[in-house]
Amino acid sequence: MRNAFADELTRLGDADPRLVMLSGDIGNRLFDKFRAAHPGRFFNCGVAEANMTGLAAGLAMNGLRPFTYTITPFVTTRCLEQIRTDVCYHDVPVTVVAVGAGLAYAGLGPTHHACEDISFLRSLPNMKVICPGDAWEVRAALRAVVGQDKPVYIRMGKKGEPLVHAGPVADFEIGKAITISDGDAVCLLSTGNMLPEAVEAAKLLAGKGRSARVVSFHTVKPLDEACLAEAFAKFDLVVTLEEHSLIGGFGSAVAEYAVDHGHDTLKLLRVGTPDAFFKRSGEQEYAREELGLTGHQIAERVLTRLSR
Amino acid sequence: MNVTSREPNTELLRRRAAELRGRVVLMSHQAKSAHLASSLSCCDVLAAAYWHVLRIDPSRPDDPRRDRFILSKGHAAMALYSTLAYRGFYSVDLLDTYTRDGGKLAEHPPANLLPGVEAATGSLGHGLPIGCGIALSARIKGEEPFRVYALLSDGECNEGSVWEAAMFAAAQKLEHLCVVVDYNKWQATARSNETLQLSPLRDKWEAFGWDAMEIDGHDVGLLARLMAEVPNGSGKPVAIIAHTVKGKGVSFMEDDNNWHYRAPTAEEVAAAHKELGLT
Ligand SMILES: Cc1ncc(C[n+]2csc(CCOP(=O)(O)OP(=O)(O)O)c2C)c(N)n1
Repeated sequence: MRNAFADELTRLGDADPRLVMLSGDIGNRLFDKFRAAHPGRFFNCGVAEANMTGLAAGLAMNGLRPFTYTITPFVTTRCLEQIRTDVCYHDVPVTVVAVGAGLAYAGLGPTHHACEDISFLRSLPNMKVICPGDAWEVRAALRAVVGQDKPVYIRMGKKGEPLVHAGPVADFEIGKAITISDGDAVCLLSTGNMLPEAVEAAKLLAGKGRSARVVSFHTVKPLDEACLAEAFAKFDLVVTLEEHSLIGGFGSAVAEYAVDHGHDTLKLLRVGTPDAFFKRSGEQEYAREELGLTGHQIAERVLTRLSR
Repeated sequence: MNVTSREPNTELLRRRAAELRGRVVLMSHQAKSAHLASSLSCCDVLAAAYWHVLRIDPSRPDDPRRDRFILSKGHAAMALYSTLAYRGFYSVDLLDTYTRDGGKLAEHPPANLLPGVEAATGSLGHGLPIGCGIALSARIKGEEPFRVYALLSDGECNEGSVWEAAMFAAAQKLEHLCVVVDYNKWQATARSNETLQLSPLRDKWEAFGWDAMEIDGHDVGLLARLMAEVPNGSGKPVAIIAHTVKGKGVSFMEDDNNWHYRAPTAEEVAAAHKELGLT
């Protein structure tokens, strides 16, 4: 996803002189093209995320479109006050871009994990929260972001994730979920880098004679309420999938929606990370397996629920 | 508690630092792990601290009277893990489990999991505030003061929290607190002074109220002497600006920031070990 981000931003930067790229001293070589094309609009802000974010707010106040970028916890929780007060309160078009969502950087340990950021960011007034499901959605999200003028948070995985879309997502809209494949036994609502696991789960379920609708719920805020209303009306089982805590994330947002709109909350199954730091070493695949976030584990849980 | 002898055994410290470097190179190779050059940069500081300066007893890692060492630049975890193993906090065999599924040695030091690791670091700019708190706690509790050391990287000095802590420590005259800055002039993606202006770094720490000094950060004997002298009678916290070379000890890694991310091949490990005099 991150290479798609750098590439798409470079293109957008060619067309739009308001785009400014701010990096928190990460992404070695990643922005070489952007820098070469727009040397006056790239700044390595160093290991100083609070300043980077306040700076972005200032740039945006004077008409520019800054993007802040570093590893997820450092571009979100490390500078949350600046995001809240400088960006969201002033309601200026800063885009906060995080790399390494959830357990993407599992091996780096809990300082680099990010299973709470959706919770924090979506509670901020004026903030939109986008969690692209693959590199094509990253590109589409960026184009959509540049076409509006509000604070946005984009939560990306790392590099080399499987592609789910076959090519550019033409009809991408912020706040409008994308149906990847349809089915009738269960509705899998996936946000962010869990999308390939959702697709895998659907495949396994199909093998067991259960067809699943797979939805890339790329925008956690604002929620696509029409999509949710339809899911709760049509399906007996609605599953949320996220590489994020069950406290305050996508599943929580859907649960809030279901409660507020009188849907049958017994239909809802939320899959996410537990209320605990994942301290053991090992990469993302291992962490997902340990926490029950892989496609086959999701399929098993769904089958158990459907056979009740 | 082992009592610090007056004169550091420079020969021994050099040998220890070389062994640490050798191990770190091997770990990076085995795990394909980043931050090799960052780890090599500070092996002399770790050797001086753990084999001369610190009043510690590896068999009693929670002794309340122990000196504390916080690796604030947590991305040099391989250097800390090796140091703690070689110093006897846990078995050297544990180093083979670095980054393995289900292990205790992730790529940054963990909280409450490994003996000798005083604080979980990896997010830069946290070690010094924590160190201030630990140093202040001894005063509040009326305990016999112990010393607190925090090893920072130069890029880490970009963080405002470092300077907030620096002002706090100076105001509180935390003279048992010592910072060592691993000043290797590189950060993750660029030269430090081209990113944010750190220079003149010693003057900055001095202006912030510290007894600041500038030394060759690979002079392990001098490091040991100055760190052991804390508190040094100035009545101030002590900042040692250690001029270092990123990747130190392996000629083809020195001052080449590609090794911030790159891991060595088996041939490169062999060449490095040869240079380090370990074969
Ligand atoms: C708060 C925070 N922001 C960003 C990072 C990502 N990161 C890891 S190491 C590093 C910089 C490395 O340079 P320096 O601090 O000078 O240490 P060196 O490796 O040169 O010793 C960065 C930005 C981090 N670990 N913590």
